[in-house]
Amino acid sequence: MSAEPASASSIGASHSAELRALESESIHIIREVTAEFDRPGLLFSGGKDSIVMLHLAVKAVKPAKLPFPVVHIDTGHNFPEAIEYRDRVVEELGIDLVVGSVQEALDSGRIPPSTDPGGSRNRLQTPVLLDVIREQKFGAVFGGARRDEERARAKERVYSFRDEFGQWDPKNQRPEVWNLYNGFINSGQHIRVFPLSNWTELDVWRYIATQKIEIPSIYLAHEREVFERDGLYMAVSPALQPEPHEKVEVMSVRFRTVGDMTSTAAVPSTADTVEAVMAEIESTRTSERGQSRADDRASEAAMEDRKREGYF
Amino acid sequence: MELLRIATAGSVDDGKSTLIGRLLFDSKAIQDDVLSAAESVSRRQSNEYLNLALLTDGLRAEREQGITIDVAYRYFNTAKRKFILADTPGHVQYTRNMVTGASTADVALVIIDARNGVVEQSRRHAVIAALLGIRHIVVCINKMDLIGFDQQRFDAIKDELEGFFNRLDVECAHYVPISALHGDNVVELSDTMPWYTDGPLLQHLEDLEIMGTPLDDSFRLPVQYVIRPLTGEYHDYRGYAGSIRSGSVKVGQQVGILPAGKTSRVTAIESPDGEVDEAEWPAAVTIRIEDDFDISRGDLICAADGVPRVTQEFDATVCWMSERTELRQGAMLRIKHTTRTARAMITGLHSRIDVSTLSVDPGCQSLALNEIGRVTVKTSAPIVYDDYTVNRVTGSFILVDEGTNETVAAGMIGNPRFGDFE
Repeated sequence: MSAEPASASSIGASHSAELRALESESIHIIREVTAEFDRPGLLFSGGKDSIVMLHLAVKAVKPAKLPFPVVHIDTGHNFPEAIEYRDRVVEELGIDLVVGSVQEALDSGRIPPSTDPGGSRNRLQTPVLLDVIREQKFGAVFGGARRDEERARAKERVYSFRDEFGQWDPKNQRPEVWNLYNGFINSGQHIRVFPLSNWTELDVWRYIATQKIEIPSIYLAHEREVFERDGLYMAVSPALQPEPHEKVEVMSVRFRTVGDMTSTAAVPSTADTVEAVMAEIESTRTSERGQSRADDRASEAAMEDRKREGYF
Repeated sequence: MELLRIATAGSVDDGKSTLIGRLLFDSKAIQDDVLSAAESVSRRQSNEYLNLALLTDGLRAEREQGITIDVAYRYFNTAKRKFILADTPGHVQYTRNMVTGASTADVALVIIDARNGVVEQSRRHAVIAALLGIRHIVVCINKMDLIGFDQQRFDAIKDELEGFFNRLDVECAHYVPISALHGDNVVELSDTMPWYTDGPLLQHLEDLEIMGTPLDDSFRLPVQYVIRPLTGEYHDYRGYAGSIRSGSVKVGQQVGILPAGKTSRVTAIESPDGEVDEAEWPAAVTIRIEDDFDISRGDLICAADGVPRVTQEFDATVCWMSERTELRQGAMLRIKHTTRTARAMITGLHSRIDVSTLSVDPGCQSLALNEIGRVTVKTSAPIVYDDYTVNRVTGSFILVDEGTNETVAAGMIGNPRFGDFE
């Protein structure tokens, strides 16, 4: 690791009161679920939000071991760096990992192939996720979604009820007053829990910086083969090849979010430290999902529609 | 940096979403791609101006109908503060969602359409804000451009509201005449209203004293979870995990454990960043004590002096939130209070409060959706509480329907100060 720039400690200090309040709020939520549900699961993709969520969950129960498994819905098109990170963290913490495989579900005919013209398996994650929740009998599933990410997510409760079909009904959500969370469900239903609801993208980065949390290398600037598609820089990978007219170039890039390789775009950048990434995010005029997620561009209500089906 | 939680309140079409869009837009919290998406929808709908509400109304149904159905949370900051803003719906049928947004707020931003003046829904929202213990109210009198920036009209609305707030015993910090559509007096003072010099809205939001801290500073820690690792290294470890809901705690301090009524001494405090000698609101901690008592979820650890009360029957004010059922005397429900879950019976339904006149109807037989009333609740397990006016956490509860699992009421233990206007 390179030496930290002088500004890093002052960034941490000026935000520490608000970060500590967010941290305690998240730990409180995680403890409520741990105490009230027989069997929760924590969605962990190796992305920065789920990394912070897992870090908070470990703090919530320490010095005991995490009493529930982490869950990854593997599209088969993941960044190898994220998978490597996932496996290492799970081993270090000595916790259980449940993997729901989109590839296996496709091979067995459980789900039909993607109809997405770009081959994205984004939407295919939903039926696999719901299968895992049913098989594992999870009553509660932690997700790392934040309200500042997207406007349908801005509507989400901390405890978000899902019916027997895994569906979200945004017009009929349970009132959520004070910090009294209603987790009562009948068999077959579950609650999605979002401990990071009130965190912003920058809060997550500041927390990673102040807590010195390790993140997958793809979040920092590195050289990579990319090509331009619909105004986004996509990484060349076995899952995504350029069309003949799309020119491949080697660029210094980083990823602002980490999802499926077919739908996560790279950001041209030379920021190779967490502090440099924060400085870039603070000055950018483009949103996190707008800059790096092809899947959200499908329509005005792409996220709402996916969430209604049971997406993350 | 300080964190200020704001909830908006107002009637439908008062321009709440437009005002929030304006605040986000002018404080540069809206990114270019989000803005251009809203612009293209606005053009498609042949709006004369950029429809700022499109920046906040997140659901398909909301954009189609042009109304806000549920709370949306927004995040923005200035050099001085970080703001969490709960944009709550104006329609009467969605009042319960307004309660959701307002229950955690430091400030209520009440928006009034200058053409319509104070309407029933404005009064309802002001009452709910007062009931929920929000101690700051900022009133925006919006659409001043549509009444020719008329100072007399502004003064008349202000006078009417001042009288109402006096009866509620809440203090309205500021009245700001604005045009959310044009941005007048939102982030900067506008020369369209030279008679108004009290500063733009955003400046007031930056300068308001933050009241998030509890009024009472007695130590309260409802136990969420008992941590027992049962490993070699931590064989005898028994930690009580919970969030400090008010006050502070020190190693060596005497504490009370309720409802058992025992006392012990704190031997260790674990904060999110490791062991500490002292911790205060709002930290999530794990504490260990000298004695080996039977303590579990739902119990409360508190300062040895200034202890909360313990009861199985109490009076409360409730806001009924169910569309399907009404609240009647004898109703059997589940209660969640701090970390305690128990069964609850409504042993008395005493009165309904008319939120527009503040009059009390003692003859009521039931409470319907969005109605507020006074009840007596009996519980199957002891409740350790403070009055809501003293502590928003140990004084609040929800009621849950045992059949449908829906949250049917938000309750506040004790009676609100304005409840004596009969």
